[in-house]
Amino acid sequence: MFTFIAVEYIERWTKQHGKRLDHDERVRKRQARESHKQSHNAQNLTGLRAKLYQQKRHKEKIQMKKRIKEQEEKNVKSSAPDEPSKTPLPQYLLDRSQATNAKALSSAIKDKRNEKAAKFAVKGISEEEMFKVVNTGKKTHQKSWKRMITKPTFVGSDFTRRPVKYERFIRPMGLRYKKANVTHPELGVTVQLPILSVKKNPQNPLYTQLGVLTKGTIMEVNVSELGLVTTSGKVVWGKWAQVTNVPENDGCVNAVLLV
Amino acid sequence: MATLLPPPSKRQRVAQADKAREQQEIDRIPSDLGSVRVQFFDQATGNPTGPAVSVPVADANTKNLETLLNTLQGNDDDDRVPYRFTYQSDKEGQTIDILADLYHSLLQPGIKTTEDTVSLYYTPQAVFRVKAVSRCAASIAGHGEAILATSFSPVSSSTMVSGSGDSTARVWDCDTGTPLHTLKGHTSWVLAVAYSPNGAMIATGSMDNSVRLWDAKKGQALGGPLKGHAKWITSLAWEPYHIQEPGHPRLASASKDSTVRVWDVVSKRIETVLTGHKGSVTCVRWGGTGLIYTASHDKTIRIWNPKDGTLVQTLSAHAHRVNHLALSTDFALRTAYHDHTGKVPTDDKEKVAAARKRFEQAATVNGTIVERLVSASDDFTMYLWEPSSSNKPVARLLGHQKEVNYVTFSPDMAYIASAGFDNHVKIWNGRDGKFITTLRGHVGAVYQCCFSADSRMLVSSSKDTTLKVWDVRTGKLAMDLPGHKDEVFAVDWSPDGQKVGSGGKDKAIRIWRN
Repeated sequence: MFTFIAVEYIERWTKQHGKRLDHDERVRKRQARESHKQSHNAQNLTGLRAKLYQQKRHKEKIQMKKRIKEQEEKNVKSSAPDEPSKTPLPQYLLDRSQATNAKALSSAIKDKRNEKAAKFAVKGISEEEMFKVVNTGKKTHQKSWKRMITKPTFVGSDFTRRPVKYERFIRPMGLRYKKANVTHPELGVTVQLPILSVKKNPQNPLYTQLGVLTKGTIMEVNVSELGLVTTSGKVVWGKWAQVTNVPENDGCVNAVLLV
Repeated sequence: MATLLPPPSKRQRVAQADKAREQQEIDRIPSDLGSVRVQFFDQATGNPTGPAVSVPVADANTKNLETLLNTLQGNDDDDRVPYRFTYQSDKEGQTIDILADLYHSLLQPGIKTTEDTVSLYYTPQAVFRVKAVSRCAASIAGHGEAILATSFSPVSSSTMVSGSGDSTARVWDCDTGTPLHTLKGHTSWVLAVAYSPNGAMIATGSMDNSVRLWDAKKGQALGGPLKGHAKWITSLAWEPYHIQEPGHPRLASASKDSTVRVWDVVSKRIETVLTGHKGSVTCVRWGGTGLIYTASHDKTIRIWNPKDGTLVQTLSAHAHRVNHLALSTDFALRTAYHDHTGKVPTDDKEKVAAARKRFEQAATVNGTIVERLVSASDDFTMYLWEPSSSNKPVARLLGHQKEVNYVTFSPDMAYIASAGFDNHVKIWNGRDGKFITTLRGHVGAVYQCCFSADSRMLVSSSKDTTLKVWDVRTGKLAMDLPGHKDEVFAVDWSPDGQKVGSGGKDKAIRIWRN
């Protein structure tokens, strides 16, 4: 309420007395100084202030980029050349924007099958970090043989827990993932796909067995909805994908399809 | 690594066990039904054939009815004709195909009883039978870019022409799987190819806004490019053989510049320009009655008289661009005087007469010549038209869930097949546009489809790199033809039924045969 009144107060003053004579000049100078001030702040602020400043600046930049992009789109000339695409297309696929954009997943794969899968630097994870010792109960406490996995895992739908006595590893429900956001590297399309199994965890074969999802883990995902087809005409069901993020930090599993 | 399917759930297992336990019911006809009176009618003329005949219900299957009808007509054992029977009720105008026997089609559903006289309309089926293609006879490299259009010669299945993105068209010898000629001249993609109905000439339309004509035998250019269009050529149609002025065939070309031009092929001059469409013309067809049908992005279908270039009719019902048109007589017009026997009349006059006879045979329904038209559109629907009788569509064909890209009539006009971007091919009744069945199996958009000459099979080409051959009557997959390494843009079944030719993005022509 207070600010509202204050604004009105200023407006009323300008209405009554007009602007200062050097108002425009002052505004121009302030604007001209703006970038210098920003640069000074960015270079010299330290600590929490710097952090807050960067955050603010980051948001501003996002807005700025959006606005620039909007402007650019507005400026596109409508008489752009009609040549729809570089690759030859039959008559019925010309003039169809989505047909070229949503390009057949299948076709791009073949050209680039030889390309090697993306490699990710794998940071070693020690067993201490991976497992937490569970010592509840008398016997368990005495020998401390039970472990809780502290990393995200994939647990198959057919998994049933073993009796408590024989259960050596516990995979917490809260850290289980069934789906991964899988990117097709050539097409730049990201789709959420169900995970089928964990094929290889580069850390440790034991982790593979347990289905631990860490950065660099190779898993099999269900790509049936992408409509990929083998050369023999069969629909591809499962395909391998490699985890690209640290799932425990992000709360989701991002992966890249290995084609 | 092979992926193991999850084991069946308990519900699935129980259902399976139940099904196995239950005795499968056998479809048999009860023997105590006595007999039913059947009256045959000719579908083409609507006249009754022979007297009403009493037939035992237990024996009234299509095979026996066929024999009976042949006997009634006095056909010898040598020239027996296979027939298809349909039942047409007098009141509601409903049409039912007799698939196996009278009992299951009419008596069991309670449409007719054994007390009634059943009127059956018969249409002759192709006396020849096309075998489903099952293997790739040849994969011929040659084109440097994707193949955009293919067409078999109407004369025989031994030559085929294909248009490609490498701005050439090539003629192939399909018997040996070797290239015959390279038709060089265009400066951009060849989007449309068409053989003239007598098989002597090839017309190609290109991205470079020109049409070119070629000698089909020698593979040489017949004069320079036909220039006039301002944008690329989308579709080509030859004047039907039986209405051509002798020695002066004409060609219609549709273009993105929203005009259709009719060319005199001999003098290479524009005869008429059909202007009026407000958007790209996607498809042109030259009907056997001399009218030109065009479909356009401006949502309309227009019918023109090429003599004076006047607009005869505008059919507007679609809500989005019209992608493709098919005439019920397409097959007869395409093949002109080339019939399944392979005998070609020697004299030009006889050729024209033979072509006219074939057209009239194809177009005659109940004694009048009727050319039906079906149009496929981006609004996910198709319309069936009978332009000669009404401006309003006969039927609206609903069912596709995405754009319908291609539509075609079967050579005997009993079926319409439509291919859509929703991965399905759908079969419709060619007479009233009723939905018959969906052919599921493709996992990518279906681009084109083509009936075999005997209308019993259909081949479809898809983005999922496969061709599939379907049995039209049962709606089942007859043959899966993998082999292409990329999207299959164009497919054609030779008019004599021997071969299927296909081409696509993998730059190789494939010839398939049985």
